Amino acid sequence: MANLECNFAGIKSPNPFWLASGPPANTAYQVINAFKAGWGGAVWKTLGVPIVNVSSRYGAMSYKNEKIAGFNNIELITDRSLEDNLKDMKEVKEKFPNHALIASMMFEKKEEWHDCIKKCEDIGVDGFELNYGCPHGMCERGMGSAVGQNPDVCEKITSWVMEVAKKPVIVKLTPNITDITKAGLAAQRGGANAVSLINTINSVTGIDLDTMEPNPKVAGLSSHGGYCGPAVKPIALNMIAELTNHPDFHLPISGIGGIETWRDAAEHILMGASTVQVCTAVMHYGFKIVQDMTEGLSNYLDSQKMKSVLELSGITAKKLRKWEDLDLNYKIIASIDEEKCIGCQLCYIACEDGAHQAIALLKNSRVPKIKEDHCVGCNLCSLVCPVESCISMINVTTNKQKLIWKEHPKNPINIAIGTSLKR
Amino acid sequence: MKTSIKEIKETKNNFAKIKPLLTDNEAHIEAARCLFCHDAPCITACPTSIDIPLFIRQIMTQNTTGAAKTIFSQNILGKSCGNVCPTEILCEGACVYNNLNEKPIDIGRLQAYATEHAIKNDIRFFQKGKSTGKKIAVIGGGPAGLSCAHKLTESGHEVTVFEASENAGGLNTYGVAPYKFSNEDAKEEIEYISKIGFKIKTNNKITKDDLPKLEKDYDAIFIGVGLGNTKPLKIEGENLKGVTGATEFIYNLRKNNQKIKIGKEVVVIGGGNTAIDAAVESAKLGAKVTIIYRRTEHEQGAYYFEIELAKQNGVQFKYLISPKTINGKGSVESITCTNNKLMPSKNGNKANIEEIKRSEFTIPCNMVIIAAGQEKQIDFLKSIKDLKLDNGKITVNKTFQTTNPKYFAGGDAINGGKEVVNAVANGRDAARAIDKYLMQEAR
Ligand SMILES: Cc1cc2nc3c(=O)[nH]c(=O)nc-3n(C[C@H](O)[C@H](O)[C@H](O)COP(=O)(O)OP(=O)(O)OC[C@H]3O[C@@H](n4cnc5c(N)ncnc54)[C@H](O)[C@@H]3O)c2cc1C
Ligand SMILES: Cc1cc2nc3c(=O)[nH]c(=O)nc-3n(C[C@H](O)[C@H](O)[C@H](O)COP(=O)(O)O)c2cc1C
Ligand code: SF4
Ligand code: SF4
Ligand code: SF4
Repeated sequence: MANLECNFAGIKSPNPFWLASGPPANTAYQVINAFKAGWGGAVWKTLGVPIVNVSSRYGAMSYKNEKIAGFNNIELITDRSLEDNLKDMKEVKEKFPNHALIASMMFEKKEEWHDCIKKCEDIGVDGFELNYGCPHGMCERGMGSAVGQNPDVCEKITSWVMEVAKKPVIVKLTPNITDITKAGLAAQRGGANAVSLINTINSVTGIDLDTMEPNPKVAGLSSHGGYCGPAVKPIALNMIAELTNHPDFHLPISGIGGIETWRDAAEHILMGASTVQVCTAVMHYGFKIVQDMTEGLSNYLDSQKMKSVLELSGITAKKLRKWEDLDLNYKIIASIDEEKCIGCQLCYIACEDGAHQAIALLKNSRVPKIKEDHCVGCNLCSLVCPVESCISMINVTTNKQKLIWKEHPKNPINIAIGTSLKR
Repeated sequence: MKTSIKEIKETKNNFAKIKPLLTDNEAHIEAARCLFCHDAPCITACPTSIDIPLFIRQIMTQNTTGAAKTIFSQNILGKSCGNVCPTEILCEGACVYNNLNEKPIDIGRLQAYATEHAIKNDIRFFQKGKSTGKKIAVIGGGPAGLSCAHKLTESGHEVTVFEASENAGGLNTYGVAPYKFSNEDAKEEIEYISKIGFKIKTNNKITKDDLPKLEKDYDAIFIGVGLGNTKPLKIEGENLKGVTGATEFIYNLRKNNQKIKIGKEVVVIGGGNTAIDAAVESAKLGAKVTIIYRRTEHEQGAYYFEIELAKQNGVQFKYLISPKTINGKGSVESITCTNNKLMPSKNGNKANIEEIKRSEFTIPCNMVIIAAGQEKQIDFLKSIKDLKLDNGKITVNKTFQTTNPKYFAGGDAINGGKEVVNAVANGRDAARAIDKYLMQEAR
């Protein structure tokens, strides 16, 4: 059995599954239940100067029968007093000394940061997470993603924290930025021990077409909120990989964004995370989901003959390259398994109207036929096919050597060189 | 033997819809499952070719009004069809989900959901067309006649429907099982359809004597008279009290809103869907019901899902049995039957049966329902000049025109008894042909 124990930048936990800072990690009652259910750590709901919340606070993007394909919130940081939070955190730490308890925080002034860090260390937290990432409410006050979006400020505040913090410091990055590596490198320069990403994305989940009010509604109005849940995983995977692949970036990464199952977690880890954090999925299904997460990940590591999460970490990031490094001579075409095909012809109409007119219909059969000489291997048909592994993309041997864009004759640069040579 | 006739009050629950109206939530969830197939096989399987993926998508986007329009533009009786079609062998039977061994889309109920929305809210999509000055008579206000009348009115013709019964609707009103389609359903649907502006004259049976005037007054005539009474078995005791034909029994049941008397022990003779309906209805009224059929379950004409429904309602099936005499003094007390054995079939048709000698036995009962098929309306049809019949069915060409060019026909009267949806399709297509026939020069 693979060992799921982690040492993340010096923070130890029995497994890599942590509650992300948010409503599930708001009280001792919840976090104790979470640890009992099997979570390895919790990043406490962000501490700060207590705020006031609105109702309602959450919106969802539903897709067909999926009620929560994406989720968003216009909630702020903790609405409880620092004293109450510290008391609760202390209780958790006493009951679960071997689980990771991380204090998330967000302040404006240097003294406030320092004061809170000391108080948290006094009650025995294992580390800190600096929240530079809430896209709503807090940044209007000069905090949250307003900080995360400005690398210099991010670096500065990190360095303030590092002046006093004895426990490891994680900087939580906002995705509301063009180049995530700028923010990650700033945190590294500021002296952070690790980063976590992604926080939520600026969003409006939808509009009530009867009242024309945006969601979530607050007395007829709304505000842009932070997007999270299953829909954001692809964005998180890319950003994590960008950091992993940056030659100058060396900090451990805690992956966040759209994690609901061990499979999602494994993907975050393959892109370079070494722990993961979950918020929306717990808000949706409760703490119990961790049971399958730990077991599933452990079985997966076993199946890969790996002993720890670290062995898995970053493998796939190496396979994510610039487009110009891809082999232009690699060719695949679609192939339909006639036995499995149910005859819906979705592949046909998708290719016919939306791609390359490379699928034909036959007179006496509902099973379409791939026109192999027209198929460009784009994948569209296999993506729309409702039947598992019915359309597969088959490798065609071209006998041609690997050819990348840099060397391709159609590349304008090469044309320029070619013509200049001729001259 | 003396058994009393038990009076059963209709308990609402017994005749509750077996496929109740979907709630909004149910409809949206089901609609979202539809794959939106290209050239969808469900459309091909629908005799009226409703664009099923489109109307289901419209339900999904909560454009329910648009969904109803999609349905009604192909099938103006979309509500009854959604409720009564044997969808298992039509649209739903063709749904690609069957190939995945998954539950097909609940097309019939989605169709009922969308059409109910339009009918309840009186949202109408079709108007009477610009007057053509042509007059058309429709004989029979069943599904075929109503569908034809609606389409003709849309084209601007002046249409009068002559209906023998006190209510229009044909077997939708007096035939199909009330747990599929209720009297209120039928009434509301007919009111909704006829608002386009055709006349319905009820209690107006057309006889041989009316024909000359009809032919004089109208430019074309559509025959949608359906079938006739139950075929008699021609056995002894058939006239006893308590012996009835299935269609007559069901007519009575529907007419009286299920408040009819039923025998304590009922024997139903026959193997088709009508036999099943009569048996299930009797069971729902409280009777102990046995169906006897002369062949085996493999030759039975009834759909498997109807047989299943009967079994769920406690109906007993006895196979390879033929009725010989119905016995009783004044009213029926028992039925004498013989056992049959199956002989290999020669012509590839249904297997032959042979009576087993000296196998007579008697089943006690106080009601016998005969469901051995319906007669054709031969006498009336023969009185129409030049009208060719084939085995009692009116012969028509591709455009539903009969051998007398002024007459067109559709529904059970031409196909010998199929489904409501076939009658609707015929009526609609015949209307298009009549329009063409009358307007050859004008259009
Ligand atoms: C018991 C039973 C159950 C059925 N269940 C189903 C079911 O669940 N689903 C399904 O799809 N189909 C079912 N069917 C079949 C379906 O009802 C018929 O196929 C359909 O009604 C045929 O329509 P039609 O218009 O051709 O004839 P009909 O519905 O029979 O209508 C003919 C109309 O013409 C009238 N008429 C007849 N002669 C004259 C005349 N001389 N002058 C004026 N009016 C006249 C009649 O009164 C009647 O109203 C069932 C049939 C029966 C008998
Ligand atoms: C209701 C809600 C409140 C949140 N509050 C905080 C917070 O106080 N501090 C913080 O750093 N992140 C907060 N987050 C962001 C989550 O920690 C997490 O980064 C984000 O939801 C993406 O992960 P997920 O897809 O698993 O939800 C909040 C998220 C939600 C849904
Ligand atoms: S999408 Fe898949 S199941 Fe549908 S027709 Fe194409 S190959 Fe067959
Ligand atoms: S009319 Fe009948 S067969 Fe056609 S789609 Fe509707 S329910 Fe199905
Ligand atoms: S066959 Fe089934 S899934 Fe496909 S369009 Fe028709 S109802 Fe929808």
